[in-house]
Order: sequence, then structure tokens, then C-alpha cells
Amino acid sequence: MTNKKLLLGDQAIAQGALDAGLSGVYAYPGTPSTEITEYIQLSPQGRSGDVYCRWCTNEKTAMEAALGMSYAGKRALVCMKHVGMNVCADAFINSAVTGVNGGLVVLAADDPSMHSSQNEQDSRFYGKFAMIPILEPSSQQEAYDMMAYAFDLSEQLHEPVLMRVVTRLAHSRAVVGTAAVREQNPLNAPARSQNWVLLPAIARRRNKELIALQPDMNRHAANDGYNRYAEGTDRQLGIIACGIGYNYYMENYPQGAPHTVLKISQYPLPTDDIRRLADTCQSILVIEDGQPFVEEQLRGILPSKCKIKGRLTGELPRDGELTPDNVKAALGFASSQQNAPSDLVVARPPALCQGCGHRSVYEALNRIVEKLPEARVFGDIGCYTLGALPPYKAINSCVDMGASITMAKGAADAGVFPAIAVIGDSTFTHSGMTGLLDAVNCNSPITVIISDNLTTAMTGGQDSAGTNKFEAICLGLGVDKEHLHVVNPLPQNMDEITRIMEREFNYKGLSVIIPRRECIQTLSRKAKQKNNK
Amino acid sequence: MKTDIILSGVGGQGILSIATVIGQAALANNLYIKQAEVHGMSQRGGDVQSNLRISDQPIASDLIALGQADVIISMEPLEALRYLPYLSKDGWIISSADPFVNIPNYPDIESVLAALRAHGNVKLIELDKIAKENNIARSANMILLGATAEFLGLGFEAIADSVRTVFGSKSEAVVEMNLRAIEIGRSFK
Repeated sequence: MTNKKLLLGDQAIAQGALDAGLSGVYAYPGTPSTEITEYIQLSPQGRSGDVYCRWCTNEKTAMEAALGMSYAGKRALVCMKHVGMNVCADAFINSAVTGVNGGLVVLAADDPSMHSSQNEQDSRFYGKFAMIPILEPSSQQEAYDMMAYAFDLSEQLHEPVLMRVVTRLAHSRAVVGTAAVREQNPLNAPARSQNWVLLPAIARRRNKELIALQPDMNRHAANDGYNRYAEGTDRQLGIIACGIGYNYYMENYPQGAPHTVLKISQYPLPTDDIRRLADTCQSILVIEDGQPFVEEQLRGILPSKCKIKGRLTGELPRDGELTPDNVKAALGFASSQQNAPSDLVVARPPALCQGCGHRSVYEALNRIVEKLPEARVFGDIGCYTLGALPPYKAINSCVDMGASITMAKGAADAGVFPAIAVIGDSTFTHSGMTGLLDAVNCNSPITVIISDNLTTAMTGGQDSAGTNKFEAICLGLGVDKEHLHVVNPLPQNMDEITRIMEREFNYKGLSVIIPRRECIQTLSRKAKQKNNK
Repeated sequence: MKTDIILSGVGGQGILSIATVIGQAALANNLYIKQAEVHGMSQRGGDVQSNLRISDQPIASDLIALGQADVIISMEPLEALRYLPYLSKDGWIISSADPFVNIPNYPDIESVLAALRAHGNVKLIELDKIAKENNIARSANMILLGATAEFLGLGFEAIADSVRTVFGSKSEAVVEMNLRAIEIGRSFK
């Protein structure tokens, strides 16, 4: 009855959600989570409109819309990269206080080693913070299977469930067997409609109820099967292996594990199993990808009779992702014989594509900024962050979505002039608009360059929420139309663009310049599709 | 059988298509597969790699440990050299000999090729030239795949069947072109 497919971890999650009776996925693109929503968009259910799957403006709007779908009784999935959790944190934490009606699963894709991110925060802390169950699959098959379980658990507990994956699961393929498809939930009203109105009196009651649910969550984590306790013969060392950490451990023992192993793929932590392990072993090695979330909980502050080893004691590195090699070393195995790295090898960093409009923007910008030694350029998150690297070296900051505008404003408040913000179209609608309103209200002497390539390019060309609306948005927020310019960033327009930049950088008020030209990647993809027809 | 493969190249050179064909062949033969890819920022002209593991036994890790890879398949010689520490002592390197120069400090290409040859088990292929001579420039990656067929533990016919499956949704001409490409690669010694 099962059907076998070769799927990325992200695709397994998507297929699992579809087969579990999903009614809507809500997401903003972000590596390594993007492929979940893309898979649903390309699925029969997505194409036919049976499952809602349009991109959202940011993770907060995604989280809130999913909560609305859950309110209406249907199953909803929210997907994001780890830093997206910060953007939706308000709605996320409060969704645990309201509780849910239809099953609600929040999927956070963490990126330890920062392959495509600006920090390596571990989303499990958010799950604990919100006091809800967390699932952490160790394989693509488990990721698939867990989606049905997560939705069921969410509906049993009337709470959202957080699923946490890491890059190496999200972006790795394996064969996945699929199960029968469940029908979508019908529309239905929440049983206790008052729970959704978080006035202090209700929130206080709900908070107590959420606390009272914790033993239930513990019982599920201890009994439902995603945590496994396997006895071994070696009494020296016990193993706690979380998520894909389990795979790197097992890689060393193809004939079977000698140690007692507690495999953790569900939280709250199974405390009885952990105590049992500590009672039978002299020391415990904690193998977890990301931050030492479990290790810190085990260790506490006061001494214990069982020695705990892991990222905090140096057996495993304090930062960066787990690898087969660092886990091997933590288990005391020598590395295989290997060739030394060649001295000839040099880094090959990513770069803006040939023909990309951002290139022309930075060329023009640099021409003017050269003449203005006091100028500071605040960058943002997207392909154009590559403008920080040679040959442009054009931006002085990159912090979080939307920070270019607000940091330029703050620097201008402090006296920096000219202060220039460079932000992409999708990042602008994600988190730049509110900052621009702040700048409008103060007529801050900054220039905001919205480098519009008509797509969310960095993550592979998803729809951008503001396409065709940027002039209207800026004017609507109150930008002076005399200081709002749209230009086409082509080499032949360089004189016009530099002239406008020079004038506006020197203007002691707010200005916005919108260089607009389609992303070279989406353009060539469209041309290819046309040729194939 | 168990084959651990590192695929490498520069973003846009088509290493993920090679991975797709090998993965499909393994799937059709009921083998276990794990294939870790790199998506995101590095695809913008940076170095990209994929760890592909196939086995008739369950596979634990998605990543290959240092010194454990049986084969490095690379669309670019410097990128083959980058992963040399992952190659096992008697592993093979099958790489394009054509440098992709998009960095100002690209090392001397003859030194790069010499460093690869020093490993012993090496096939360096003038992929651009062969692809152009045969008028299949767009299938250079499949020529490279054909040249690796004997090292994958899958058999050439399994690879050919997979090419038919993977490219079948495009057109018969595309299938034929890619079948020709793997055949040309296979004959390379």
C-alpha cells in the first residue's frame, strides 16, 4: 500500500502534511525551509486550490493566518527558517496561550554552521519557551511520519506543535514510503471561543491551563514512540542522541550500538529515561545539532554523579553543525587515513550573477559614495548582501530583515550624513515598510534604495509580495513624490542613476530610489520555459 | 554494495542533475540512498557539492566522513581538489579538466591538474571540447556521469534506464542526447 518516493527532508515534510489532511501552508521563503511550500504549490492539491499555498509577506503574517485557519477548524502548517521564528515570535508564543482548534504545526528549519544564515539559533528554545511539544526528526521517513502525528497531537492537546529540522535533514534526499491520505477537517467553531480573546483575565486562566497540560505533553513524549531507549552492554558511556545526531552516532556502529542509547526526537525531555540512563552509565555523551539545549538542561548548576559530556565540555565543538567526523572523534575513534588538503585550494565565494541589476546599483552607488567619505551604507538580507564582498565592498551592515532602513535612520539621528539604506523588494515588504514610515514621520535625512528585481531571488525566485506596488506603498506612507525615483539599472543608464543618487544623497530629507529590473535568473528561466513549449 | 560519492562543481554546472540520475538509478534498484545537497546562497557562482551515498544496507549519516568517499565526481578541477581530504586512499577522481575561472586568485591550472594526477586513480576529461565536438554542450554533465559509471556499483544499463526516466518528461530528443552523452563518457579511458 505504500508508495516509495525519493524526497528531500523538506519534501517529505510537505508530503506528510498533505497526506495528513492539510488545508493550508503559510510561509515566507527562507533557506533551508523554502522547498516545503514549493512542493505543496506544485502538488495536485496545491495546483487545484484544495490546499491554500500562496507565499506570505513575512513569517508573522504567515503564523497569524495559520492560526486563523486553525481557529476555523482546519489543519494548517507554518514554515520558516530559524530566524523567521524571531519575526513571528509574538504570534507564536501567544498561539500556545490561545491554544488551537484545527491542528497547527510550526516548522522551523535551523541552519547550524550558517550555510545561508546570519546566526545559528536553535529553535528548540522557542518550543520550550512557549511550553509546547517539539518534534525533531532524525530521517526523512520520520519527518514524513511525524507530520500526521504532529497534527493529531496538536488536536488532542489543543496546542500548536513545533517541528524542528536542520539543514542536513531539510536538504538531504532519501527514499520515503507514504501512507494513506486523510481527508481535510470540516469547518468548525472552536469549542471554547473565549480562549481566543487574550485579555489579561483570560490569558491568566489560559496560562494556568497551559501549565496544567505539561504532564500530558511529558507523557506523550515518554510513551508515543519518537523517543527510544535501547539497552547496550557498555556501562562506561551512555548516549543521548537528538534528531540527526543519532545518525552520526550510528554511522560508527554498522553492526549495532554497544552503548545504551536514548534517541530523542520529541520534547519535553523524557525525564524517566534520562534518569535511568544516568543510573546505569558512568558518563553520558549528548549528541545534538545546534546549541547545547539538552546538555544544559541535564547539567544544571549543581554537581551530579554522572559525568555529562558534549558541546560544553569540548568533546564536541561548541559551535557549528555536527558532522560524522566530529561525532566520531567524540566517541574516541581516530579519523580515517586521508589526503592532506591541497595548498592550491582557495575559497570560491558566491557572487552576484553576471547581468544582475544589483551590480549596476552598486556600481552607481560606489561612484557617488567615493566622493562622500562620511557616507555610510546600511545593507539588508538578500542576494544584494553580496555587495559587501569584492569587487563592490559597498555596504557597511547586514543584520536582519528590514534593518537597513531603520539603522540608517538611527545613524542619521546620531548625525551620520549621508546615511543610505539598500534593501530588496521582498525584504522591503517583509519588514522595511514600518521603518520607512518612521523615517517619513521624522523626514529623516536618509536615502532608501529599494533594489527591485521583481522576485524573492535569494531563495530561488518566489513571488514578491509588493511587485508593482512600490511607488504606491512609498507615496501612501508619505514619501514626497519629488524625492521618489524609479530607474532602470542598466549600464547605459548609469549617468542618469548616478545623477539622481548624487542629488538625493546630498538632500537633507527622506528620499527613495527604486532601481527596477527583473532578476536575471527568473528571466532566463522564463525564456527557457518558453523555448521548451 | 556501498558507494560513497562526492559531487562537486560551481553553482549552475549541473551537479544536482548528475545526483538526480544516480539517485533515480539507485531507487529503481531498491537500494538505500542519502543525498545531501547545498541550496541557497552558494548557488550564486560559489562552490557547490553534494554527498551521495548508495548502499544495499540502511545508511545512517547523510554526510560522508573524511577519507571515506569512493569517488569524487567533479565538473571542475579546483572543486575536485577541494574535496580530496574526503577521498579514500584507493578512491577515484573523475573530473572535468576545464577550469571555471570566476575568482581573481584562481591557482595555476597545470598545478591543479598535477595535484589531482598525483593521487593516481584519476580520470581528467576535457569536457568542454568533447561536448562541443559532439554537439552536446548542454549535456557535458552527462558525459562526466558516463565516465563514472564503472565506479558507482550500479552498472551502465541502470544509469541509462535512469536517464530515460529522468529526462523522459522533456522530449525524446533530450533523452537521446543524454544517452549519447553517457555513452561518450563511458568510452573515455
